[in-house]
Order: sequence, then C-alpha cells, then structure tokens
Amino acid sequence: MEKTWNNKAWFFVLPVLLLVAFSAVIPLMTVVNYSVQDSFGNNQFFWYGADWFREVLTSERFHDALIRNLLFSAIILAIEVPLGILVALAMPKKGIWVPVCLVLMALPLLIPWNVVGTIWQVFARTDIGLLGYTVDALGIDYNYVRNTFDAWVTVVVMDVWHWTSLVVLLCYAGLVSIPDAYYQAAKIDGASRWAVFRYIQLPKMGRVLLIAVLLRFMDSFMIYTEPFVVTGGGPGNSTTFLSIDLVKLAIGQFNIGEAAAMSLIYFLIILLLSWIFYTVMTNAGNDKPMTGGGE
Amino acid sequence: MIDLSWMAWTWPTAIFFIVIFSLILAMGVWEYASPGGAPRIGILRFETTRGDRLFVSLLGSAFICLGWLWATDLSLWYALGVSALFFILVFRLV
Repeated sequence: MEKTWNNKAWFFVLPVLLLVAFSAVIPLMTVVNYSVQDSFGNNQFFWYGADWFREVLTSERFHDALIRNLLFSAIILAIEVPLGILVALAMPKKGIWVPVCLVLMALPLLIPWNVVGTIWQVFARTDIGLLGYTVDALGIDYNYVRNTFDAWVTVVVMDVWHWTSLVVLLCYAGLVSIPDAYYQAAKIDGASRWAVFRYIQLPKMGRVLLIAVLLRFMDSFMIYTEPFVVTGGGPGNSTTFLSIDLVKLAIGQFNIGEAAAMSLIYFLIILLLSWIFYTVMTNAGNDKPMTGGGE
Repeated sequence: MIDLSWMAWTWPTAIFFIVIFSLILAMGVWEYASPGGAPRIGILRFETTRGDRLFVSLLGSAFICLGWLWATDLSLWYALGVSALFFILVFRLV
C-alpha cells in the first residue's frame, strides 16, 4: 500500500513555532547582535567585532565565576541525586502515608525562589535564626556573612532542601511504574536487595533519572535568586555565580556588549554540557557496532 | 515596515543567521531529495541522524571559534576554516 503524504500537520506546529520565535529566537538574535557592538546609551551602537568575546574568555573574573558554578553544580548533583533515590526507595508504595509523603515532598517545590532565599537568610542567622542559633550554641563558629565556607554550606544546603524533592518525585514515579511481577521473579531467584536495586529498580528509573539530572544540572548552573538573596554573591565574590556576575555586568555596569558576549558563552556551555549528559545517559550500555558509511 | 532598530542589526550578524537558517533549510531539501537521515552509529559509538550531526557541527564550531579567540590573536577566518573541516569530519565519521 502506498504511504499517504499529508503536510497539513505542519500547520499545527506553526503556532508553537511562532511562540518560540517570539519568546526565544528573536531575543537570542538580539543578544547576538549586541555581543558584537558597544553601546553608549540612546540606542546608539558601534561595531566592536569579536573583542567582547575575547575579553570575557580571558577575564579572570569570568573564569572564577565559571569554576564556582561548575563546582556548585557538581556538589548539588552529587548530593541530590543519590539522596533523592534513597528517599524515593524509602517512601511507602501504597497505603495512607503515600499522599502524606507526596504532599510533604511537593511543599518545598511550591515555594518561590526569592521566598526560599529569604527563609534561609533568616533561618541561618545566628541572632534570630533557628539553624544559625543552634549551630552557634553547639560551639561551632558559623557565620555565612563573613565566612566563605559557611556561605557555601548555607547555599548548598538551601538548594538541597529546595530541590531534592524534585528528584524524589521523579524517581518515585519511576519506581511505582515497575510491575510486581519483576519483584516476584527476583524473589524466586533469591536476589539480594542490592541486586533488585541494580538490575530492576535502577534501569527502570533510568529515563526519569536522566530528566532529573538534566533539570538539576541546568537549574543549578543557572542559579541566581536564592544565593543572591542569602549572600548577595559574598562574602567578597565567593558565591558570585555566573548569573549573578552577568546581572552585575548587564544591569549594574550597563555593559550590554560584554554582558551579551558572556551570556552567549554561558548559553553554549549549558548547551554543550546538557547535550553530553543527554547523549551519555541515553546511550549508556548501548555498545553497538558502527553502521552506515559517510555522507 | 516594522521598526527593528532595537535589535541593533548588523550585516555580519544578519549573514550569520541567514547561513544558519539556510543550513536548516538545506537539510530539509537534502532529506527530500535524497532520504537517508535515519540514525546510524559512527566513531563516537552513539546514534546520530543528519540533524544531530548538524547540531554537533554547529556546537563544535562555536567552541572552535571561542577556543581560537581565547588562545590566539590570529584572525577568526582561520577558525572558520577549521570549523569547515570539523563539519566535514562530523558528517563523514560521526
């Protein structure tokens, strides 16, 4: 039977295409245009070539913010993913406690970023905050405003508190979709708890785990509001991540050209790392032979 | 005519976008004229379609140019040449 070709489907895609063009493509094009020019206000632009890119790429300030951001994302993923899996495994699969656990898990996700920042700013204060006061009372010299290490601990713990639930909920969705027959077969074979996790639960969670890792990486790499509210990028520049630095450059110093170049480099790094994560995780274990020749 | 002065267009950036959109369009024409965009496994041992290879080529070219700007003061035209070579290699081997 001959296949029927009907290109009407393209018209259904058109509204999305227009919307994406309006909200993403056109602003991105504008950023590209700004990145090769210098502006002195009053909408006057002067050609600057690729020099803004060269300045950003060789600036120590950018290198430091990038290293801080990569370190932050690595710490976040190393904590939130295993912790999320552990909590999801410990959650009940049926019974009255299921909705209770789900609601409790969803609560941090419902709080806006700036409110989370404000909560933790107060919570971690040694004079009026419960956490800060308790840690201080235990004899630990803790002050997130003065001490770099304390500021980092506060920002990391705040992010873990805010976002581990997302990993938990995604993993939990993967876990409850596993049919009972798999567990029964494992029981008959006398599989250990670890074997059940390694060969049944982990592979079945693979897809949702990929989404969780991607979401958490992209989000942590773009983090702005929470550390900005809690530490303001300080002490010094110790918690100034790329987005905070970018805002300082674009709005604080009104250096539109350099900020545009920096945001494009930032965007390309996120794109590259997300693509690597996606490709590695979707192809994990698929060691296939080469097929097809060159174009 | 819509006023697009706020977008601060320049000829080089306009040409840059025209080339990117033309490449996407050319991929469509290529697939229509000579179908063959099904996934295949290349030297990197993962499946890629023609579209994936275009994406890898463009992303790689962006990093080649950024690396060039970071490492040397030489003209970006050389980096464009390296990117073209990278394009060919990706489409032949990946």
